[in-house]
Amino acid sequence: MRAIKFLLQKEFRQIFRNRSILAMILVMPVMQLLILPLAANYEVKNIYLAVVDHDHSSYSQKMIEKITSSGYFRLTGYNNSYQEAFRLIESDDADVVLEIPSGFERNLIREDEQKLLIAVNAINGVKANLGSAYLATIIRNYNQDIRIDFMQAGRFNDIPTIKVTSSNWFNPNLNYRVYMVPGILAVLVTMIGGFLTALNIVKEKEAGTIEQINVTPIRKHHFILGKLIPFWILGNIVFTIGLLVSWLIYGIVPVGNLALLYGFVSIYLLAVLGLGLLVSTFCDTQQQAMFIMFFFMMIFILLGGLFTAIDSMPEWAQVITRFNPVSYLIAVMRMVILKGSTFRDVLPHLGIIALFAIGLNSWAILNYKKAN
Amino acid sequence: MIQYYMNTIDPMSTHQHPAIVADNLTKVYGSEKTTAVNSVSFMVERGELFGLIGPDGAGKTSIFRMLTTLLLPDGGSALVDGYDIVKDYQQIRHTVGYMPGKFSLYPDLTIAENLNFFATVFNTTIEENYHLIKDIYVQLERFKDRRAGKLSGGMKQKLALCCALIHKPTVLFLDEPTTGVDPVSRKEFWEMLKRLKEQNITILVSTPYMDEATLCDRIALMQHGSILAIDTPSAIVKSYPDILYAIRAEKMPALLKVLGSNNAVATSYAFGEYAHATFKEHVNHEQDILSILKHAGMDNIEVRRIEPTIEDCFIKLLRA
Repeated sequence: MRAIKFLLQKEFRQIFRNRSILAMILVMPVMQLLILPLAANYEVKNIYLAVVDHDHSSYSQKMIEKITSSGYFRLTGYNNSYQEAFRLIESDDADVVLEIPSGFERNLIREDEQKLLIAVNAINGVKANLGSAYLATIIRNYNQDIRIDFMQAGRFNDIPTIKVTSSNWFNPNLNYRVYMVPGILAVLVTMIGGFLTALNIVKEKEAGTIEQINVTPIRKHHFILGKLIPFWILGNIVFTIGLLVSWLIYGIVPVGNLALLYGFVSIYLLAVLGLGLLVSTFCDTQQQAMFIMFFFMMIFILLGGLFTAIDSMPEWAQVITRFNPVSYLIAVMRMVILKGSTFRDVLPHLGIIALFAIGLNSWAILNYKKAN
Repeated sequence: MIQYYMNTIDPMSTHQHPAIVADNLTKVYGSEKTTAVNSVSFMVERGELFGLIGPDGAGKTSIFRMLTTLLLPDGGSALVDGYDIVKDYQQIRHTVGYMPGKFSLYPDLTIAENLNFFATVFNTTIEENYHLIKDIYVQLERFKDRRAGKLSGGMKQKLALCCALIHKPTVLFLDEPTTGVDPVSRKEFWEMLKRLKEQNITILVSTPYMDEATLCDRIALMQHGSILAIDTPSAIVKSYPDILYAIRAEKMPALLKVLGSNNAVATSYAFGEYAHATFKEHVNHEQDILSILKHAGMDNIEVRRIEPTIEDCFIKLLRA
């Protein structure tokens, strides 16, 4: 106990003396939470649209008006020929070309049928997909509107229409930020816990101070605890700062129990601290540790469900995500903060993270030998 | 554990066994099986200042790391303070002091914080053993709030020595303490070691500088992981079998060439501004040498019979 006390004293003294680490701990959560949720946005807006209107009728005018007033499209070209419009796609001034054939209005009324051409620049797959889908939806709605107009003139109540109303739970405004913030918070906690411990221990190796410590009565477990406890505390501090930022900036207040949230993060931190410790036992320089941790972080983030939903990943990738501790924290963060999940809901996650913590730490301690 | 407590209560009780006993200590590194230490055996008595002398790569640091329980030997065994370096490593870590060749204190902690930390680690205080470090620490005291990383080389080394001494070790291991230190600080450092010896602390020191060898009680000359000779410096010098001459001439490169090719010369090598040479039996007077060299076309020749230094002995042993 005495040994741990003065090891902690030394460790905190060093941390507080290291200005850049201290700044990172305070600035990182604020900056990342301020910038990322605003910038990383899935909604596709500002799709550049070029229209080739061969009809110039009031119907075609009405349709274009409906499309541009949706807010998703920006009319960047009104051309006379498809070739002309296509040149806009080539020069990146248009994403979608909508060609309206001549006789659009006439055929629509007389023959009850008309064809439109939509050409999409598919280099950006997401934008192309969503763009054409939005466009198709708007045109379908437009079609329905005029149909209802017709029918009302003649016999009415004969047209069967199914109207679907949906209500969005837990994120009623479909606000993307609400989805991102808890996820980013999870990544932040992982960074502080994993990165900093690994680097800190390897730094002692690099400076040779670990040798000096090894020729003293300090025991292996004292040294390890002296390293883990400070970063466990720092991880919790960063998490708290992150929660405050998301409350002040985004107004996100955890719906679920705060104690449950902290409890989970505490155990999760043990797991990532174990990972950092394990990495440090394999590395001799901070550079090596940095690269290895970076490798893990990339996989953790991309296969953690932060940006892309795990459910839509291929089967093999979903198997990998099960070995990714970050995916559990991201899931639990969203569950507790947004949905108000209870202890029973997150119990399976908690169990797995506890296993991670035990497994990684035991492996690291076995691997960390005082004499080799 | 019980033995350790006895140690702290009555240090005299362990005096019956030597401070260090190394028995056929061997260390092999890597997949290429490079033998760094090859069956090294030696014994250091209590209160002795024992030097491991040898060039870089002689295996000195590996021996230090094995004796301080940082490295497991691949063969042989060793006792430090009567404790086995493999089985009783915990006890050894309580009693020895180690100063590695590379500065290994916390650069972001101040002098006082480093010293205090290592005192606390050994469950003692600076005050308790202040008498041991007083001579050294007075020189550091006015910088005590400066961070260790910002100190000059000589000061770092003094601080490292303080930290290795603060728990009153029975055996002090100093791995190349004077490498990269200026001549004045080197001299001071050896004077400090002498004073520590008076406190009955056993010191094992390694150095690549042959001139420091004479300051030790006994030395082991090392090369390629093996010990070439162990004795007191004077005995090693005395055991030099040949008559050694220091020779100087106007053109030193030409002189060295002549000495290297002449049949009468047994060994020759450059030594500072002189050439040192030994001759075969029939040449045993300065006059003979003078005539040989004059015959070879040398001018302004100076020949002196000299006492060999440790370095001469080392070179002799290397060529044997």
